[in-house]
Amino acid sequence: MAGKEMRTVYAETLVRLAADDPRIVVLEADLMRATGTGLFKDAYPERMINVGVAEANLLGVAAGLAAEGKHPFAATFGCFASRRAFDQFFISCAYAKLPVTLVGTDPGVSAAYNGGTHMPFEDIGIMRTVPALDIVEPSDAVSLEAFVMALAASPRAGYMRLHRKAVDPIYAKGESFALGKGKLLREGEDLLIVALGAIMVPAALEAAARLAAEGINAAVIDALCAKPLDAELILSWAKKTGAVLTAENHQIAGGLGSAVAELLAETGAALLTRVGVVEAFGEVGTQDYLAAHFGLNAETIVERAKALVRRRKQP
Amino acid sequence: MKGLGDAMPAAGRALDADERVRLENAAREIRKRTIDAIGYLGVGHIGGSLSIVELLSVLYFKQMRIDPSNPRMDSRDRLVLSKGHAGPALYSTLALKGYFPLEWLHTLNKGGTNLPSHCDRNKTPGIDMTTGSLGQGLSAACGIALANRIDGRNVITYAIIGDGESDEGQVWEAAMFARHHRLDHLIACTDCNKMQIDGMTSAILDVEALQDKWAAFGWLVSRVDGHDVGAVSAAVDAARASAEEGTGKPSMIILDTIKGKGAAFCEGLITNHNMTFDYDTAKKAIAELG
Repeated sequence: MAGKEMRTVYAETLVRLAADDPRIVVLEADLMRATGTGLFKDAYPERMINVGVAEANLLGVAAGLAAEGKHPFAATFGCFASRRAFDQFFISCAYAKLPVTLVGTDPGVSAAYNGGTHMPFEDIGIMRTVPALDIVEPSDAVSLEAFVMALAASPRAGYMRLHRKAVDPIYAKGESFALGKGKLLREGEDLLIVALGAIMVPAALEAAARLAAEGINAAVIDALCAKPLDAELILSWAKKTGAVLTAENHQIAGGLGSAVAELLAETGAALLTRVGVVEAFGEVGTQDYLAAHFGLNAETIVERAKALVRRRKQP
Repeated sequence: MKGLGDAMPAAGRALDADERVRLENAAREIRKRTIDAIGYLGVGHIGGSLSIVELLSVLYFKQMRIDPSNPRMDSRDRLVLSKGHAGPALYSTLALKGYFPLEWLHTLNKGGTNLPSHCDRNKTPGIDMTTGSLGQGLSAACGIALANRIDGRNVITYAIIGDGESDEGQVWEAAMFARHHRLDHLIACTDCNKMQIDGMTSAILDVEALQDKWAAFGWLVSRVDGHDVGAVSAAVDAARASAEEGTGKPSMIILDTIKGKGAAFCEGLITNHNMTFDYDTAKKAIAELG
């Protein structure tokens, strides 16, 4: 049962943190109504800075605030956060070693009716090139709240993909999370599914249940952090199963699938197949339509998992 | 046009004769050290370094509240050198003020140095912001000024941008932002040396009339001879007065300067942006400065 909208959880967490932490400031580039941070503006009007439709300045101002000891949370749609203001984030924030958390909202197909121009399938790939950056994509409200807190406490720059809508819970309240750490959600010996985000982690769990009904037992890891990847957890289950399937609401180039491929290629631990967007720009439609169109769902994972297991069993 | 484009009062306090001589001497020392540092290496951003020397003298030897023994002092005035390639001039200034030993200047751009070609807040004592990708520093200066206002510190944030740098759209995003947020404790200076890498700014991308542009963005604007320490100091006085009064207007001081000023081998040369010259040439230019 879906609870609060994720964006409300994001804003409420920041309001709560700000009460005890004067470093917390929130920046928007004319998308406060989309991000839901009006709540923060109501609570701390002097600590909410709206720069207007100016993403380069958004991150430059955030960097200046951070240079004075603030921890800015700056948000815009993920497409603009990554593609439009990348150099500002790279140089003024990350290279300058300043603790700016950049929040890219509406990851992948969740951009839905905003369509191809607003649909980031490449933001993780872009951001993975930034040294010493944490990249996180929470999969439900509990993990979102925990990672907002973790990023606020971090001394370095971070990038968080924020799914704005309400999603079903995955974690119980009180579950602990850490930057660079994933979560094992299900054990299994036939293959490992590594999934990322509020669309693909539930799809992976649903796929695992369907596979189990057909006698295939899949382990499922919620990656949570695309960088640094939880190599230890992923490798241990990759070795146990010998077959890994990645699932992401993103292109397979540059994102989670690439990160896991790099890990497996250097260790030879397992066979790999990647579920995600392949050589395509975003399109317009409902989230469900787009998920089906790009194969970002349980059906695709089941089909690809079966093929992977057959491949592993070949002599 | 009420509320837009107010000109600054024509002058602040005039410098007395001793003060003028002191600031001119400081500028001469900064200039000599800058030519020496770049000449010792044999290549560097000599032109845009030498055009801001008088400004740095006025700021660091008169106007700014600083403590070289405590570079991150809370109550200090801040400075963002957005045209970060002029780092060598700022490093010379900081070394002369005692932020770090003068010997460091001969490590410019060498592997492992604390003095990289473009300013780095994590490497150099006295550098408040990392810059080098043009157009980004004025935004950072806005954030710095805003943070200090939020935290109730009555400090001035200075920013130095280039005329060529002003081709960048982000400069104008920051210009709108600063006025909208009433950042009157932000004092920006444009080093208007009329040149960019590929030629005269008038030929590559004309930024004039700069004073009209900044005035139209609601800033308090003045335009002075950037090599006249008296005129520069008076303009800074007027900008600080605006901050004290709480006018809500950020200040822009446009400095008419000459790229490569004060070194005969490169002054006014279109090729002086990032130039190779040997140490003997540097020594000769330094000797000519007296």
